[in-house]
Amino acid sequence: MTTADYLLKGISLPDGTKTDVAIAGGLISSMSSDFKGEVKVVIDAKDCVVLPGLVDLHTHLREPGREDAETVLSGSRAGVKGGFTAVSAMANTSPVADTAGVVEQVYRLGQEAGLLDVFPIGAVTQGLKGEALSEIGAMADSVARVRVFSDDGNCVSDPLVMRRALEYIKKFGGVIAQHAQDPRMTVGSQMNEGEMSARLGLKGWPAVAEEAIIARDVLLADHVKSRLHICHLTTAGGVEIIRWAKARGIDVTAEVTPHHLLLTDDLASSYDPVYKVNPPLRTEADVHALREALADGTIDIVATDHAPHPTEAKECEWQEAAFGMLGLETALSIVQKTMVDNGLLNWSQVADRMSITPARIGGYENHGQPLAVGSVANLVVINPTRKWTVDRDLVLSKSSNTPYHGHELPGVITHTFFKGEETYNNGIVSSMGGK
Amino acid sequence: MRHLLSISDLSKSDAISILDTAAELARVSDGAVKKLPTLRGRTIVNLFAEDSTRTRISFEAAAKRLSADVINFSAKGSSLSKGESLKDTAMTLQAMGADAVVIRHPASGAAQRLADSEWMSGSVVNAGDGTHEHPSQALLDAFTIRKHLGMGGSDLSGLSVAIVGDILHSRVARSNVLLLSLLGAKVTLVAPPTLLPVGIHNWPATVSYDLDSVIPHVDVVMMLRVQQERMSDLFFPNAREYSRYFGLNAERMSTMKSGAIVMHPGPMNRGLEISAEVADSARSVIREQVTNGVSVRMAILYVLLAGGALEVGSN
Repeated sequence: MTTADYLLKGISLPDGTKTDVAIAGGLISSMSSDFKGEVKVVIDAKDCVVLPGLVDLHTHLREPGREDAETVLSGSRAGVKGGFTAVSAMANTSPVADTAGVVEQVYRLGQEAGLLDVFPIGAVTQGLKGEALSEIGAMADSVARVRVFSDDGNCVSDPLVMRRALEYIKKFGGVIAQHAQDPRMTVGSQMNEGEMSARLGLKGWPAVAEEAIIARDVLLADHVKSRLHICHLTTAGGVEIIRWAKARGIDVTAEVTPHHLLLTDDLASSYDPVYKVNPPLRTEADVHALREALADGTIDIVATDHAPHPTEAKECEWQEAAFGMLGLETALSIVQKTMVDNGLLNWSQVADRMSITPARIGGYENHGQPLAVGSVANLVVINPTRKWTVDRDLVLSKSSNTPYHGHELPGVITHTFFKGEETYNNGIVSSMGGK
Repeated sequence: MRHLLSISDLSKSDAISILDTAAELARVSDGAVKKLPTLRGRTIVNLFAEDSTRTRISFEAAAKRLSADVINFSAKGSSLSKGESLKDTAMTLQAMGADAVVIRHPASGAAQRLADSEWMSGSVVNAGDGTHEHPSQALLDAFTIRKHLGMGGSDLSGLSVAIVGDILHSRVARSNVLLLSLLGAKVTLVAPPTLLPVGIHNWPATVSYDLDSVIPHVDVVMMLRVQQERMSDLFFPNAREYSRYFGLNAERMSTMKSGAIVMHPGPMNRGLEISAEVADSARSVIREQVTNGVSVRMAILYVLLAGGALEVGSN
C-alpha cells in the first residue's frame, strides 16, 4: 500500500493538464488522477496551478551586516510566501561576501533557516571595489559551492578586471553576473534620464550607461569564450544588444525584475522614494520592450532584486533615500499581471523563466526540475483566479519598502513545498525553520 | 489652495490672482504705514536648509508686513546641520504650531515631501527645492514683466522671453518656463547643449544655442547664474568661453529691441553671465525684481493663509 504526505487534488500542471500530484519522502511520488493509497494531507487544488519551486537569482538578504533590514531567516520567510524554494544571496553584505568564510556563513544560515536553499553569490572583486579579484576559487570550492559571481550594487567597470574575471571562472564553469552601470555616467544619478528627470530636477541615469557596459561585456565574453549574465536589464536598447549577442552565439543570459515589467519613471513625480531603485524605473516603451523580450526568450529569466531597507532609509528626501524595493513576496503575482493575464507567457513559460532557467544558470541542483515522478518536490501552488491586496504592514520581510502597497494583484500563492515539506500554507509560514 | 509647491499646481487664473493681489499689496507697501493686520497671530516658519539670505529676508519681510510671527530656522548651527531628518524637523515645527512653512532645501522634491507627508498640517511654500522649482521667483519675475511690458491685459500674451544660461540645474528656469507659458508668453531657452536637460523637447519653450540670433527678437532677456563648479564637471571649457557665447555684455545689449528689459534672479556673477554695464544699465530691472519679491511673497502668503485673493481695489 503506497502512502503520500500530501496529495494535490485536481491541480493543473503548467501545460494545463489536470491531475493529482502526490508527494512522499521528499519527492513527487505520483502524478495521476487515480492515486490510491493513504494520504496524510489532501489539498483541494482544483483552481490551482503547480509550478516547480521558484528560483531567484538576485536577492539581497542583508545578513551579515544589515540585520535591521533583513536576515537570512526573514528573507527566507518572505521567499516561501512568494513561492520560492531557492534564492541567491547577493554579495554586497558587510563584510562583503568575497571570501570562503563569508559565503559559508551565509550558506549555513540558510540551512539553519531551513525554509529554502540559500545559494550565496560571491563578489567578483575584493570589497566590491572593482580592482583586485576576490578569492573566487576558494568560494567555488567552499561548502557553499559558489558558481555565480557579482559585484551587484557596483559595476565591474574596469574592462581588464572584467575580462580576467570572465576568464578565471571558466575553470569551474562559473558565471559573472554584471550590474551594468557605467559609473562615470551615473555619478549622483537619481532616476531615469528623460522627460521626467528634466521636469523633476532629479539627476538622470541615462539608458546608455547600461547599454554601453552590456555591449562591451558581450564582446568580452565572446572574446574569451566565457559565460556572462546581465543583471536587471531595464532598457529597450539593452534588449537589442542581448538579442544581437545571442544571434551571434555569445554565451549570455539576462534577467528582468518584476518591477521593471510594470512600473515606470513617472512614479518619481511623487518624490516618494519607495519608487527609487537602481537601475531606475524606465519609460513605458522600455517596459514594453522588456515584456516582449521576456516572452520571446531574449531575456531568459525574472529575478527579483529584492532589496529591503529600513523605514528611515526611505522616509526622507528622494536624493537622500536608499535605492531598492522589496520583490520576493509579489514577484509571481506581478509576472501573472504583466505577462500571463495578457497572454505573453503561459504557465509553462513562467516555470521556465522563474524556475528552470534560473536554476540552470546558477547550477542549482534539485531546483527547476521538470514536474515528474521522482523529482525532488520543490513546488509552488498558485491560484491564478484569486486576487489579493498588498499591505506593507503585513509583509514577511523585515522591511516594508514595497512599491505595491494598496495594489490589488492577481494570483494567490496557496502552498510552497521544499524537499517535500510544506513551507507555506495560505498565509502561514512553516515553523520548521531551524530544524 | 493650501500649498505652493510647483507652478504646475496653478491654473492661469490662480496665477493672475496672485499677481493682482501682489499689485494691491504693493500699494500698501508704498504707503507710510507698511503693515497689514491680516496674519496677526499666525506663525510662519522660514525653514532654510540651504543658504539663501535674499530669499529668506524677502519672505521674512513679506510675513512681517502681514503681521505674522516669523521664526527663522536655518541650516547653519541648527539641528538640520546635525543630521536631523526632514521628518523630525517637520514634526518639531508641527509641535510648535507653525501655520505655514516656507522651505528652501537642496533636495528636489523636499517641499512636496513635506506637503504630502503626515508630519505636519500647515501650508507649505516652496522657496526653492534643489534643481526642481522656485515658484515665488517665477511669480515675482512675471509680476515685474507685466508691470513693465504688460499690454494692459492681466497676462503676458504677445511677449517673448529668453532665459539664458544653466537651464539644466536651474529651478528658476523650470518655474519660469511653466509660468510664463501659462501666462501666454513665448519662451526661448538659450544655453550650450550641455546645460540643457535631456528630455526637454516637450517643454512649452523653444531651444536655441545661439544667443546673438535670439536677443534682437525678445522683449525680456533673463540671465541665469552660472556656478563656477560647472566647469570642473565639463559643461563648458572655461569662464571666458562661456562668457563669449552666453554672456550678456553691452555689445549684445545694443541689439535688443527698444523697451526690452534685462532680468537676473541674483546673485549675479558680474563678468561671467552678465557684464557690469548691463547689470547697471537702464534696461536692467534687477533691483526692482527684489522689491517686487516682497509684494509677491506677501500675496502668496495672503492667498494661502487668509483664504483667497485680495479683491482688486479693496483696502
